[in-house]
Amino acid sequence: MNKFVPLATLPSYLDQSTAVRERFTRLKSRDVILKVDKLSKVFSTPKGSTLALDNISFETHRREFVCVVGPSGCGKSTLVRILAGLEQHTSGDVLLEGKPVTEPGKDRGMVFQGYTLFPWLTVKKNVMFGLEINGSSRFEAEQQALQWLGLIGLEKFAEAYPHQLSGGMKQRVAIVRALANQPRILLMDEPFGALDAQTRCRMQAHLLEIWRKIDITIVFITHDLDEAIFLSDRILVLSAHPGEVQELIEVPVAHPRSTAQFISPEFLATKARLEELIHKGAAHGEAEDEGTYQMVTRLTNVADEVE
Amino acid sequence: MRSWFQVLRPISSRARLVLGSMSFVLPILIWCVVSYVPFVWHPQMLVTDPGSVDYLQVGMRMDKAAFADAVKEANDEHKDPPKGYASNPIYLPAPHEVAASLYTAFITPPATLDGPWLHQSLWHSIQVIFWGFVISSILGVPIGIMCGTYAGFARLNEPFIEFFRYLPAPAFGALAVAILGIYDGPKITIIVIGTFFQQVLIIANTTRKLDVALVEAALTLGTKKLKLLSRVVIPGILPDLYRDQRILLGWAWTYLIVAELIGTSTGITFFITQNARYQHFATVYAAIMMIGIIGLGTDIALALLGKRLFPWDRTLDKSA
Repeated sequence: MNKFVPLATLPSYLDQSTAVRERFTRLKSRDVILKVDKLSKVFSTPKGSTLALDNISFETHRREFVCVVGPSGCGKSTLVRILAGLEQHTSGDVLLEGKPVTEPGKDRGMVFQGYTLFPWLTVKKNVMFGLEINGSSRFEAEQQALQWLGLIGLEKFAEAYPHQLSGGMKQRVAIVRALANQPRILLMDEPFGALDAQTRCRMQAHLLEIWRKIDITIVFITHDLDEAIFLSDRILVLSAHPGEVQELIEVPVAHPRSTAQFISPEFLATKARLEELIHKGAAHGEAEDEGTYQMVTRLTNVADEVE
Repeated sequence: MRSWFQVLRPISSRARLVLGSMSFVLPILIWCVVSYVPFVWHPQMLVTDPGSVDYLQVGMRMDKAAFADAVKEANDEHKDPPKGYASNPIYLPAPHEVAASLYTAFITPPATLDGPWLHQSLWHSIQVIFWGFVISSILGVPIGIMCGTYAGFARLNEPFIEFFRYLPAPAFGALAVAILGIYDGPKITIIVIGTFFQQVLIIANTTRKLDVALVEAALTLGTKKLKLLSRVVIPGILPDLYRDQRILLGWAWTYLIVAELIGTSTGITFFITQNARYQHFATVYAAIMMIGIIGLGTDIALALLGKRLFPWDRTLDKSA
């Protein structure tokens, strides 16, 4: 199964094995946690207004892992910030368990791309922050914080300050800080974007591990297609200028996920489909500002031939 | 040597120590050369023996040219020429004289019976600074934080404060005396006026530099309005706020001398002007140096305290 598969013989990304199909049937029978309906966002600037998101609709079921991908400028960050309540949408509805989202709240946790641990608090106090803000006693919050740190294997660093942690550790703490509030949904805006490739790979495995252990729905923004396929149940593909839903792809790769699946036919088929969608989106969206290579002047000494 | 000129690179701790002491040693060395090497500057002659010249006295200083004329005149008339040695003007005492004054100024009783001792003068000045700075901070720090946090509040206050900070604080001296009398009231007022307006603007700017992502993270954790200020904004800016306060305290000191001249002259300013009047310039320098020593001493103490108070602060590593 893991041997090299030539592109021509790839199965369709729509083909699902019985196990995968059953899994999707079970997933869709669960309650809808998040419902986004005809969502639009217009940014008004003195120079005029731009339509960032246009008529976005999708549903996310409980314990589902959804990734949002799209070419740069497609508004995926804007979408997740609207879901978090950090930004207001222009029209349409965002419903979390039927209740409209208007402002940030503890029912939606968020992990940002940058490091947002509070530098003046120790790791433990960072995790306690949300609990204390929402009325837990200090003792209770501390017990829970230590439990969460145990889940990610960072109990040893409970009393350390964020600046003493590596980038990967910081993001792990940021994830449990958001989860400690027991949100209904976890929003992640390219959380591993600033990490190096190896750390990112380990973080993905960590995240899947956490997701398996607790009852949480995740909406994950990324521009890394492998990451999207590896992590998610379904992938929401957006196009750019304006951001519109191109397709909601059901990932045919079986669970539990492992890095060995990166070269499985289902994985490659999904990736091929994503590339197709994104490059098509990028082709009409960004052609003008990317430039071409045809007219590049040769900048080396001609005598210094490398070939 | 080469490593000194690497852009934005730290230097070794040995180099730090050496260069740090040099920054004090070098100016003192220049002062020593000017004071002790007779052919460097020394524009005057100090008369040790007037000889036959009746308008000269022992201890008098006069220009070299005039002294040479006097000598020549006496020689021409075959009289006893005056004697003396090259010296600097009286307003530039030698380092050892100032060093001695640093000690003797404290044990010399005041010239007038009810006049203050040096330590009393200094203490009085420190109290004026302290109250001026405390009153300014009680108002300036909260207003600054509010301006930095809420754009509307800033817009309401900052244009006027920007205008007011250009008005020189000493210009309010006469007004302050008319309202508050001649004692410490107007002096403290001058320091408050000199510090407060800058303080609001500086602290507002510091607050605005807080990473918005931290505020957003707190929002998504369910933090609401007032808690956002007390649990995120204030702790977030505290190390920088502390640094600002240190700089502003130095600022307050620069207003001290003008402030103390208003109404009745008091404190270290009174001490300095009195000694200058009697041409005790070594004591004047000693008193000025005391201000520097107290100022730098407080700042170093506060910097060390800051390191203990804010162990998470990374910017401290770069500067201190």
